[in-house]
Amino acid sequence: MSDDKTYRIRLEHITRVEGHGSIRIDTKKGAVEEVRLEIVEANRFFENFVKGMLPHEVVQTVSRICGICCVGHQLAGLKAVEAALSLTVSDQTVRLRKLLNESQFLQSHTLHLFFLALPDFLGAPSILPLAQQEPELVKRALSLKKLANDYTTVFGGRALHPMATTVNGWRRLPDLAQVEAIHGRLEGAVAEVEQLLAVVKTLAVPAYERDTEYVSLTHPGEYALYDGEIKSSHTGASVPVADYRRVTNEFTVAHSTSKWSRWHRDSYLVGALARFNNNFSQLHPRAREAADELGLKSPCFNPYHNNTAQMVELIHCLYSSLAGLEDLLNRGLVEEEAVYTAAAGQGSGATEVPRGILFHEYGFGDDGRCLAANAIIPTSQNINNIEQDMKAFVPLMLPAMGQEELARHMEMLLRAYDPCISCSVHMLDVRFV
Amino acid sequence: MKPKVAFFDFASCEGCQLALLNCEDELLDILACVELVEFREAISERAVRYDIAFVEGSIHREQDLERLRDIRSRSKVLVALGACACNGNVQARSNFVAPAENYKSVYGEEERNRVQTDPDYWPLWSHTRVRAVHEVVEVDFFLRGCPMVPAEFLHLVKSLLTGRTPYFPANAVCVECKKNDNECVYDRGLACFGPIAYGGCDAVCINGGHVCDACRGLLPYANVEAHRRMLVARGVDPDGVRNRYRLHLSNDPLAQEARR
Repeated sequence: MSDDKTYRIRLEHITRVEGHGSIRIDTKKGAVEEVRLEIVEANRFFENFVKGMLPHEVVQTVSRICGICCVGHQLAGLKAVEAALSLTVSDQTVRLRKLLNESQFLQSHTLHLFFLALPDFLGAPSILPLAQQEPELVKRALSLKKLANDYTTVFGGRALHPMATTVNGWRRLPDLAQVEAIHGRLEGAVAEVEQLLAVVKTLAVPAYERDTEYVSLTHPGEYALYDGEIKSSHTGASVPVADYRRVTNEFTVAHSTSKWSRWHRDSYLVGALARFNNNFSQLHPRAREAADELGLKSPCFNPYHNNTAQMVELIHCLYSSLAGLEDLLNRGLVEEEAVYTAAAGQGSGATEVPRGILFHEYGFGDDGRCLAANAIIPTSQNINNIEQDMKAFVPLMLPAMGQEELARHMEMLLRAYDPCISCSVHMLDVRFV
Repeated sequence: MKPKVAFFDFASCEGCQLALLNCEDELLDILACVELVEFREAISERAVRYDIAFVEGSIHREQDLERLRDIRSRSKVLVALGACACNGNVQARSNFVAPAENYKSVYGEEERNRVQTDPDYWPLWSHTRVRAVHEVVEVDFFLRGCPMVPAEFLHLVKSLLTGRTPYFPANAVCVECKKNDNECVYDRGLACFGPIAYGGCDAVCINGGHVCDACRGLLPYANVEAHRRMLVARGVDPDGVRNRYRLHLSNDPLAQEARR
């Protein structure tokens, strides 16, 4: 009986997301009884097993927390390790790391928007039928993804789990001829990205809003992707990264092997939409224009628009990369020795990754080996907020939707957050004494 | 009829599936030759039987064992995809600590006790041990590495599609490293697993200025004792030797003595 709206929705192992999550919704005669987002991913216990490793080994190991955000884990890990060892890296190293980070944003946003999320909007089960129906679109998105991967490879040594950047510098600097080639290809991609933007403009985004707390890095000089302080939309103020535990306030619920977070409110949101809301004015002018053309205004309280905000950031990263690469080509590169002395210390670091703000913290003993580790992943910060969204939206959707449509909207909602579930469960967390 | 191909993931970073999606140039051609019936990370389609099943990730819980055995029973050929599936990779290092301790250190003792006794969700919290796929079911082929090497993936798929047996030479990383004209890591004063680790990766880490930590596992003919002596001669202390053998080799049977 669909009339009386008694549904028992069980979406096990949701597809087209990274990692394993299930959605459970029970309604009885039009009233919502239970809404749950279950995170069923197996534990990997990174926190304990990185103990005993040297700083550079810790960084290469925590890269393995997540294939999609490996660059981000390396960068946040490096910043934390370098803070623990009181190292200040060179300007050149920072510039190169920013470009490496942007290459991952380009890759990840392209993958999520055009391969994982897009089928929802076009009513397809996946990209496979779209490859037949929209071959030009799929080829265009594939070619941008390839370009972004090649960009990561030029800087990182390979696209997945790169090895070129390490504690206090770079093991191998990028080849300038290859940098120039990437710059040329990115210039060529401007027109392609405009074509992709035109596609995103046509997508019908479900109109559901819930004002929540938006948390991201913020930086006085730039749209914060690599560095900054932690900003809350609730207070409008920011706190230093070293105080991140005051922000994340992690807690455990039985139906999720990923921990949950909350700050000033019941839950908070991280990712493209949070960055867009908190730092809109610092986006590249073309990205701001694109937001306008997409009908996206800051602040936006519709989580489905995280997809749209990713499109805006894609454009920002494209222009920001073009400027950064040009600057690099003008300056040239100088060989710097990436050496460090292992020592005792403790430090934390944060960076924005495509899915949101990422925190790492490490402590090292007198022998230079890791004693304690902590990493708080964007998705583990978002899970609570996603479930709160579901709880708010199911009663709104229920009167107008049948069981299948409701289920589809819930899947779309989870997917809009671009969750990285293996990441969120393989977090490191040890209490520091 | 096109062969039905499926991808499954267990505990892993899902980077090996991503490495496949990164074969942008070949992806559409592969899809023209096979029917991709399951690939949870990328598509929503599902099927009952598979000609080739790729399994990524290591196996940790009772429910994961059951799921893996079910996949095996429905697959003609099963391939372990990447280091986590082939040898347990980095997370196998957690096997040196009792599961209860691991849970306690991540979630706290009180929370551990609460979730592990939850009447509905206790199965989620039943980690026993990190196991490679071949420790649970029979594996037909291994695609080694962290992440897996796309060229090897393509070779395997092409071979299976044309009825040939894929061939993965058991050469050391050193073989490819020498071909690439890299300066030897040992000459740089650092220690390396290149002499005893499975090649096939084109020595990519050494090309990138790093060393080899044997993410692809130890060669069956590896002389581990000699390698260990080489590390000691390079000034690596006993703790350091043990630690290096516990980066990617915590579950490798050949490394048992060296990581003790």
